[in-house]
Amino acid sequence: MTEIADIVLLILMIVLAVAISRMHNLFMAAMMMGIFSFLSAIIFTLLDAVDVAFTEAAVGAGVSTVLLLGTLSLTTREEKVAPKNNALALLVVLITGSALIYGTLDMPMFGDPNAPVHQHVADRYIEKSGEEMGIPNIVTSVLASYRGYDTLGEVTVIFTAGVGVILLLGYIWRKEDEQ
Amino acid sequence: MTVGLLNDWACMVLMMIGLYTVIARPNLVKKLIGLSIFQVSVFLLYISMGKVSGGTAPILSEGIEVYSNPLPHVLILTAIVVGIATLSLGLALVVRIGEAYDTIEEDEIIERDLVND
Repeated sequence: MTEIADIVLLILMIVLAVAISRMHNLFMAAMMMGIFSFLSAIIFTLLDAVDVAFTEAAVGAGVSTVLLLGTLSLTTREEKVAPKNNALALLVVLITGSALIYGTLDMPMFGDPNAPVHQHVADRYIEKSGEEMGIPNIVTSVLASYRGYDTLGEVTVIFTAGVGVILLLGYIWRKEDEQ
Repeated sequence: MTVGLLNDWACMVLMMIGLYTVIARPNLVKKLIGLSIFQVSVFLLYISMGKVSGGTAPILSEGIEVYSNPLPHVLILTAIVVGIATLSLGLALVVRIGEAYDTIEEDEIIERDLVND
């Protein structure tokens, strides 16, 4: 049942992605990106990644849609209609795509418990994190405690991006004050 | 019904749709939307690697033996948040370019640069 839902949702996402790519109204494209993110959040829930699912629903579907709409209100809502279809880009994408799909042939099957990704440190976290951290959610223990420094680095990235946005857009606000 | 490699293939197709949008569409906002599609496909690839058949979400509770791998989930949580940071910076750049050039279409921007030279 999970497998069927997973495949149906993935097909829906591919259809939606093609529609977004072909659409010239940027407002509609931004709203469709929200739906796209929600669909991916449902797939994350089906694949047991509940923490990722609610982050994607809040950040991917919520915040990024707001940011896109804000940008559209400051620039334009319509994409200029390009008359030609880009054959060179299509060729590059097809070659890259077939190389990537050829690469997946060596990947372990979906859900295989003997896949290399499950053979290293994951078991230790599952067995020990409960008594070492005292919280049941393993993802939280790893994110906030075992790999706390990585999360600190992530916060630095967000801070830098925030400073960058303020510096870039502060110019516009200053100009409006002068007028 | 077994999924096998179908998940990986669907991720690759989504990734290529995103890449095509980034390369072929001249509108800068559209390029960033393509980049977001690309990003979501990478998230899906990682999360489907972490799934274990018959496993459950990695939250410890009584009577459950098999958990899915929590490590890809941690990686992707970080990647989602970093992704929104890069998206916001990119959109701010688009707003600034729109201010300076009165357009956010790549070909018109290049034309204007050539005229100014």
